[in-house]
Amino acid sequence: MRKVKADPKGVLTGAHYLDGDFAIAEGALAAGCRFFAGYPITPSTETAERFSERIPYVGGIFIQMEDEIASITALIGASWGGQKPMTVTSGPGFSLMMENIGLAAMMETPLVIANVQRGGPSTGLPTLVGQADMLQVKFGSHGDYEIIALCPDSPQECFDLTVKAFNLAETYRVPVFIMTDECVGHMHEKVVIPPPDEIEVVERKWYEGPKDKYLPYKPDKDLVPFMVKAGDGYRFHTTGLTHDERGYPVINAEVQDWCVNHLVDKIKKNSPKIIEYREDQIDKAEVVVISYGITSRVAVKAVQDARKAGIKVGTLRLVTVWPFPEARIKELAAKVKAFVVPELNLGQIRREVERCAFGRAPVIGVPHCGGWVHDPDDILKAIKEAVR
Amino acid sequence: MNEEARQEEKNPMEDFLRMDRIPHIWCPGCGIGTVVTSFVEALKKSELDLKKLAVVSGIGCTGRVAGYVKFDSFHSTHGRAIPFATGLKLANPELKVVVFSGDGDIAGIGGNHLIHAARRNMDIVVICVNNFNYAMTGGQVAATTPRLANLSTAPYGNFEYSFSLPYLVDTCGATYVARWTSLHIRRVTKSIQEALAKKGFSFIEVITPCVTLYARRNRLGDGLNLLKYYYDKSEIRHGADTRTVDIDFQGKLIVGKFVDKEKPTFLECMNTHLQKTLGEKYMPYGVKP
Repeated sequence: MRKVKADPKGVLTGAHYLDGDFAIAEGALAAGCRFFAGYPITPSTETAERFSERIPYVGGIFIQMEDEIASITALIGASWGGQKPMTVTSGPGFSLMMENIGLAAMMETPLVIANVQRGGPSTGLPTLVGQADMLQVKFGSHGDYEIIALCPDSPQECFDLTVKAFNLAETYRVPVFIMTDECVGHMHEKVVIPPPDEIEVVERKWYEGPKDKYLPYKPDKDLVPFMVKAGDGYRFHTTGLTHDERGYPVINAEVQDWCVNHLVDKIKKNSPKIIEYREDQIDKAEVVVISYGITSRVAVKAVQDARKAGIKVGTLRLVTVWPFPEARIKELAAKVKAFVVPELNLGQIRREVERCAFGRAPVIGVPHCGGWVHDPDDILKAIKEAVR
Repeated sequence: MNEEARQEEKNPMEDFLRMDRIPHIWCPGCGIGTVVTSFVEALKKSELDLKKLAVVSGIGCTGRVAGYVKFDSFHSTHGRAIPFATGLKLANPELKVVVFSGDGDIAGIGGNHLIHAARRNMDIVVICVNNFNYAMTGGQVAATTPRLANLSTAPYGNFEYSFSLPYLVDTCGATYVARWTSLHIRRVTKSIQEALAKKGFSFIEVITPCVTLYARRNRLGDGLNLLKYYYDKSEIRHGADTRTVDIDFQGKLIVGKFVDKEKPTFLECMNTHLQKTLGEKYMPYGVKP
């Protein structure tokens, strides 16, 4: 892994007034993304529009594909062609992408997908907010595999975390997701884009050894195999079938065990380096509010009110949702009276918190089907219930 | 030839195949291997830099081609070889990208990608092996199955209309369209050679016998019989109007080079248009300085 400064061509240094969708496009350009394939879907389309407008001046490809299946698959091809590719989508498009998200994980292909979440299931609420794809992003494709998912809570973080998403994808050869939502995606705020030499960009771990010795799936010390790109003379093979270190298909239980465990271990064993969260007043907290995305912004009001009422409330905001900060939740479960988990779904991340708390502390959910954000009073009620 | 000399002699395709993966999985009498041989022969005759060649397959019997050829080769998901190839080609326009897959993969589940790649005039070569059925899964009816043919999910005969692939891709804008049977070895080779030398969306359909399933269910004899049968039933008609090349069960097979024309590719259109619209501020893509 090599860290370099951002290519100035893609960086729009300065203070801007942008919505989250636009900030994702700028983050991608700053991170060195020069390939975007997508299909229009509300509320994510603005990212595609911004990218298609900007890329002719930077040098690269914007292509509107025939559907989301084609978009994600073109990304996998583009990544093996040496690009850092991205797409954006929302619920229905995300569902269409699932099979080939599995292919990207299986082929260990770096790429970035942003999901600007809207209300589901099915066509649901195209123009209104939701956070109900949080388990789908982790489990939506068939079989066992691991991915990385980040959750921005502001347009500024949409920029910052998109840069980070590309860096993680390149570091771990894995699909990385920006799980934002309609509110953050359409919210306009100040976004400061730093000068290129202050933006750190990770270069792919390219293999440079003898051509006939290259093994596309031989794990390096950090468990991440070296990569090459098509056209460099390695004559390599890769497949969605269960494969050995050569990338050749081998259809038996032994190689399946090696192959699947490798995909999972690569992320799990590196998770302390990947996981990021923000805590506030957590040391003496009786109750900890765990939230992410737009809901963490709404929770601020409830937490302030609870503190005014004399309740010791701490907050933990998930920046990385997957891999989940298991160890930290376990540790807190031994200290606090209860967790409160507000989210715009019927308890997806609450389920994960319950798993980690393992009965040591109760977990009070504040479910909401989406369409609008929580009433802070509902979160406040849950906090009060938690200390009772 | 004595035994020693025989052992020393190299298989003429060795440099093009992953010999560590041979024997392949195809049935005796299957036509896919013959098409691969034609592909290799075409490569030998072409002046392509093989380092810059990538082969993409989908899923199915023909989908296994990517695993046997010794180039940068990608075995993608069912139906998605064309968008995979699109990403690869646009990511690195120096590559020559060949999609090698079956009729079910390219025209059935992947039909949407096929028509859009032809519409965009994406600069890729598609070799579509058409054996009239889904063979890897045991001989099910396909979008290309002629009416009346019997298959495991059309046990009383197929009553659906089928795609005529040359007509489909011609209508969508393909710049090179040919159809042969797998016994037209020299002609398949020549078509692949021409397609490789050409810019734009090229499509070559090769009718091949599926001995184990299609032939057996329809009592069409063994591999050799069926090869000869398709060959004998075929009539070469270069430049034929693709509206007239439908395939009937047991009927005539119109083969030949139907389309060979010039038209700017996706990348050429993009560069020309944006250059014209944006002037000097435009950063051309994939063009050598």
